[in-house]
Amino acid sequence: MPTLTDLPISVTPVPSHEHFPIVNAPTSRFGDRLFYSLTLAAVISLGVLFATVIIVQVNGSHMAMQKFGWGFLTSKAWDPVKLDFGALPFIYGTVVSSLIALLIAVPLGIGTAVFLTDLAPVKMRQPLVSVIEMLAAVPSIIWGLWGIFVMVPWLREHLFPFLQKFLGFLPIFQGPTYYGVSMLAAGIIIAIMILPIITSVSREILRSVPDLQREAAYGLGATRWEVTRIAVLSYARRGLMGAAVLGLGRAVGETMAVTMVIGNVPQISSSLFDPGYTLASAIANQFAEANEDIYRSALFEIGLVLMGVTIVINILALLLIKAFETPGSRRA
Amino acid sequence: MNPVITRKPFSMSDQAKPAADSSTVAPTPAPRPNPATTASTPTAKAEVAFDIQDLCVFYGKTQAIKNVHLQIPAMSVTAIIGPSGCGKSTALRALNRMHELTPGARHTGKILMKGEDLYASHVDATVVRRRVGMVFQKSNPFPTLSIAENVLVGLRLNGMRDKTFLNNRLEESLRMAALWDEVKDHLNRPGMSLSGGQQQRLCIARALAVRPEILLMDEPCSALDPIATAKVEELIHALKSQYTVVIVTHNMQQAARVSENTAFFYMGSLIEFGPTEQIFMNPKNPQTEAYVSGRFG
Amino acid sequence: MLTGYARYRKYKSAFMSALAVFCAILVVTPLGLILFHLLKQGFSSLDWNFFTQLPRPEPETGGGMANAIVGSLEIIGLAMALAIPVGVLGGIYLSEYGSEKINFWIRFGADILNGVPSIVWGMTASAIAVIPFHTKSAYAGALALGFIAVPLILRTTEEVLVLVPNSYREAAMALGIPRWKIIVHIILRTAMKGLVTGVLLATGRIAGETAPLIFTVLGNDYWNHNLAQPIAALPLQVYNYAKSAYEDQHQQAWAGALVLIFMVFLLSVGVRVIATSRKRN
Repeated sequence: MPTLTDLPISVTPVPSHEHFPIVNAPTSRFGDRLFYSLTLAAVISLGVLFATVIIVQVNGSHMAMQKFGWGFLTSKAWDPVKLDFGALPFIYGTVVSSLIALLIAVPLGIGTAVFLTDLAPVKMRQPLVSVIEMLAAVPSIIWGLWGIFVMVPWLREHLFPFLQKFLGFLPIFQGPTYYGVSMLAAGIIIAIMILPIITSVSREILRSVPDLQREAAYGLGATRWEVTRIAVLSYARRGLMGAAVLGLGRAVGETMAVTMVIGNVPQISSSLFDPGYTLASAIANQFAEANEDIYRSALFEIGLVLMGVTIVINILALLLIKAFETPGSRRA
Repeated sequence: MNPVITRKPFSMSDQAKPAADSSTVAPTPAPRPNPATTASTPTAKAEVAFDIQDLCVFYGKTQAIKNVHLQIPAMSVTAIIGPSGCGKSTALRALNRMHELTPGARHTGKILMKGEDLYASHVDATVVRRRVGMVFQKSNPFPTLSIAENVLVGLRLNGMRDKTFLNNRLEESLRMAALWDEVKDHLNRPGMSLSGGQQQRLCIARALAVRPEILLMDEPCSALDPIATAKVEELIHALKSQYTVVIVTHNMQQAARVSENTAFFYMGSLIEFGPTEQIFMNPKNPQTEAYVSGRFG
Repeated sequence: MLTGYARYRKYKSAFMSALAVFCAILVVTPLGLILFHLLKQGFSSLDWNFFTQLPRPEPETGGGMANAIVGSLEIIGLAMALAIPVGVLGGIYLSEYGSEKINFWIRFGADILNGVPSIVWGMTASAIAVIPFHTKSAYAGALALGFIAVPLILRTTEEVLVLVPNSYREAAMALGIPRWKIIVHIILRTAMKGLVTGVLLATGRIAGETAPLIFTVLGNDYWNHNLAQPIAALPLQVYNYAKSAYEDQHQQAWAGALVLIFMVFLLSVGVRVIATSRKRN
């Protein structure tokens, strides 16, 4: 062991070639292999998870698929007593409520994203982004609580009569407005919930539009709006579509808030003021009480449809966003 | 002391000190300064640190090193010079199996370190790297570790726990890197709080702390100012009597200052190797002559 | 000065800018509204009873959600105990091992799993852990929440680890440190703040989930320390009370929601605190 007494004070090195004892050298290969196996196991379990979700849904739906076949998707019947099940009302409800949500949230979200990237003073940006993050963090159940106790009464007393008064010639705004719990209510609350993700993804996409595009447009004498429209929005078109589709994927899966404001009546109605039912809400409300096997199997099949739709939508969204991200450079 | 578990009684461990190298057996703590007899020819040294035989290195389809035969002498400083892209860094990295980290890298040929095949199938690359240390172009002290922790990380993560030993090593290594006086009062500060030159010396101390037999340096001064560079060159001078140093540099004057032998690479091939004085004053190969006189670079 | 058409373009541009501002205001409004109502309705019911009492059957008043709060904490803890190792180790694989092609598919799969609705996870966990055992339990709920958290943590871990510069890996390898030690002691340590951020975000996400709990934990009006039995959970309790016919329970639902959002925001604040402390380094 070297001691300090023979260390010269200057820079001369101590000539000691003693190597420290390699106390764990023999285990280095073992340790490496073990660790690698652990990480591999984790990744495999992700795959197992994927397979499990699909298998469980398919397995559970088996009985209902056998009994109802493809008619399940087109039948309007939903009778737990007679055990006759058809998913059409739920499919309709999911589609319509999601569409309403998109119609509201996509323009608002993209508009806000434009504001954040191009128009807002720099100091305002971070607080606004934080607000949007907070909005995203609010759990669905809390939106539902607010929805049923605050928003629905307001809709019933103010917005619905207003809409019927001025737009009542449209079939979607006809019929009784006293329910409050309705397809439109569900659409609005879903819109609020998917706003954050559409806004933040759109913002990321707009940020990665190269400055060169903007500069070129300004250089040609375009106004601010024209720059945005021509150089930014149309360049980012595919990515923005991806953001919208991502929002759609989220909308389709929303459960708690929707369950609380949609009314949960399995019907297909032309009026947006009427209650409805979505795929997710159907499961949430009925799965716990379904004690006949065929009943439960029908709900599993609804889950299968829901999961299938979500997976397809998400793949589409990912492809659109990736297709946008490959060219171009990132803006700070 | 544990030897590495290998199938053969292989000596790629720290116990095996080749018998020929008597200067390393130092049981007494008092340093016996080995008079640094800088040989003028490589053959004057009894020992060869690296015997590179017909080495070719490929990255995917590109061939970076072409049929290099080179014997690097021990206990001296060897410089590798050449224009950008000539393969000097690749050659250096082959010496401690670091080129393997690049995906798609492969090689043919043999490299013997003090007689032992570096790339034999039962050799653990990790052990190779403990015996052959490396200092990089851009200093990279670990950001979450303090100065002391940075220096000792190679020892600690290989199982060394003895606090006295570690403290001694810490001071020795920092002294060797000419950094001790500057940092001895705040060893607990983050490694990144030092200046660029100090950080590089910290990395050198870190590499030296595990007492490798050979130190590889990949353009260690290229990011440093002249004062820091001078300090590092002083350090290399001090090391050369006890360590084998192989330094890659694009600065010819630096090579002339610090090394005893120089190898000139061009486009992946070794063009000439010989004593530094000879390479710079009296090169045998016209390409070498063209490079050292600055006609291209 | 400006011709007619140029003036039109100018005003149109100003109008569009105003529209964008309007969008931003609209987006911000719901947050204000909901915080306002939560505080207005919920704060008054947040008394000592709320945090210490068990639910009382209607029409008695004075009950609380103590067991639901504790139950939620237990379920979240279990879920993270499952999800953190799997997620972090998986993220390590993606960042340090694997090949380009395999990793692409793993990432793709994780992204898809991140999009699966939470109710489907609830059904899956129910099919695995509830139906065969004929009982709902905290374990089943934790399983469902864990399912949601794993792909989240996996992706955030990978994103953070990939940011660690390669020069540190090289320097550590050149010192002859075994690879797994490099990953654990140097790379993970360097990326620790980002890792913790990712975990906190995932925790915040699953803390608010209700749908997966509906058919996995059932809820419980009493203290339950047996994790293999139904247990109370905060979001679930809020949901059940909101559905009830009694005004007192509605008030408690608001209070519960306030506590819930406080928990969730606390986690986000934690994230921000960690993020800014990084800047000090």
